[in-house]
Amino acid sequence: MAAPERHEALGRSVAPLLEATGVSFSYGQAPVLEHVDLRVVPGEFVALVGPNGSGKSTLLKLLLGSLTPSVGEVRLFGAPPRDVKDRWRLGYVPQRPVLGSEVPATVEEIVATGRLARRGWWRPLRKEDRDAARHALESVGLAEFAERPVNELSGGQQQRAFIARAFASDPELLVLDEPIAGIDAESQRRFRDSLVHLMHDHGAGVLLVSHELSAVAGDLDRVVVLKGTVLFDGPPSRLTDEGVSLGVHREDLPLWLEGLH
Amino acid sequence: MPWPISALPYPFELGFMQRALVAGIAVGVFAPMIGTFLVQKRMSLIGDGIGHVAFAGVGAGLIAGIWPIWTALAFAVGGALGIEWLRSRRKASGDLALALFFYSGIALGVVLVSLGGGLNASLLTYLFGQPLTVNDSELVVILTLGFVIVLSMLALRRVLFAVVTDEDWSRVSGLPVGFVNNVLAVLTAVAVVAAMRIVGILLIAAMMVLPVASGQILARSFRSTLRWSIAVSVSSVIAGLAASRIWGTAPGGTIVLIAAAVFAVVSVARRSGVSRLPATEEADL
Repeated sequence: MAAPERHEALGRSVAPLLEATGVSFSYGQAPVLEHVDLRVVPGEFVALVGPNGSGKSTLLKLLLGSLTPSVGEVRLFGAPPRDVKDRWRLGYVPQRPVLGSEVPATVEEIVATGRLARRGWWRPLRKEDRDAARHALESVGLAEFAERPVNELSGGQQQRAFIARAFASDPELLVLDEPIAGIDAESQRRFRDSLVHLMHDHGAGVLLVSHELSAVAGDLDRVVVLKGTVLFDGPPSRLTDEGVSLGVHREDLPLWLEGLH
Repeated sequence: MPWPISALPYPFELGFMQRALVAGIAVGVFAPMIGTFLVQKRMSLIGDGIGHVAFAGVGAGLIAGIWPIWTALAFAVGGALGIEWLRSRRKASGDLALALFFYSGIALGVVLVSLGGGLNASLLTYLFGQPLTVNDSELVVILTLGFVIVLSMLALRRVLFAVVTDEDWSRVSGLPVGFVNNVLAVLTAVAVVAAMRIVGILLIAAMMVLPVASGQILARSFRSTLRWSIAVSVSSVIAGLAASRIWGTAPGGTIVLIAAAVFAVVSVARRSGVSRLPATEEADL
């Protein structure tokens, strides 16, 4: 069952969590994005793909409010991103291979920071916050690593710790920027399971920016292909019909894009 | 001095040593507390930059006939906010922002001091520290400022940790990144001024960073790094003051040398596998 139907079955509305309408953006004179439309509704799993330099990072910055579109409009939870008060409703996993904490910090200490915005950063964390952090760690399979310094974890395990930090606030929308670039198969499987858990059991929407979709190909509701503008927006089956594999498509995606022009 | 400090034996049996001990322990607690967050933020040397701006403040105070602690505090807070402003607006990289204030501060200090008739003994106590001549009103100021720093850090420790560990993520997640960074900058400035009379402007950053260097080797979490750093720092202060009384060495320098020696011992012990996990086990994780 696709996400909107899942939600109608649950009797919930499908007001979009995230919506970009006719968004254009340029750095100086050089246009980076033109007339981009993008929508993520609750319970929906959307992947954003595109070759290097396609404007993915810029679009993400616009969606999260660190840039403002030259033309068009972005709505996060129905409001301009910068005006969103309850930012904890957004879980964010930044693109970063390694955190490289200068001072030892345990996985649990990092994940607990995911509760701060929800609790109110000036308030002390309570038992329910620690429980939520613990639950987030369990959902990414890192419970037994809670007391370990994050620097001692492998790249894949660190990435899962950052996903747990985003999960900890029990977000309504999860945005992940290249979270599985070069991580091991076990971590990819855990990653996929925890995303599905968040979508099905918590009704959250997910926007995944990635080069590598094979681990989640069967769970995606939509794939959005970006190259300056949206070239494709539809179910993954239609993309695979075009002969584009959802695996390591660093090579065949650019070829397919050339065929479109 | 109240009991039990008044009852301490040699080398702390005299009033001036007891005042130095109390002020030194206060510095020993708050300097590495701030330093742990500064190291995590990769701004280890900001204490040095602010110290040089505080030096200009001392010069201004000596000329104007105002108690130099107040003028140093005003200059240091202004300099700290300036460094943070340059860094956060990406007008300059962190260390370039620091260098700008570092050299402008020391240059302004030198000019102000020359206007005021050149170096004098009072200026040297600020540059190199002299805990043995701390008087009652200075002790009150150090303890009050230290109290403010410790309370603020305890109240803000979680959000401070989140912001210094991952600033971009914190901003997206709705944490008050600008506010927290400014508070940390101001508290650093307050710590620099409060520690100035004890270890001196030139050595303040050492007390913020050296104990943390030992702490991060001994500890396996942020919380325990804070505790170890404070333990190392307070021990260095006590041992340094005792050594300087016994051998007549400069107390500020002696304290810092002991903190550096602790780091040397701890890092050699770590390398030979005394603490933490054996290297092979870590590689397997």
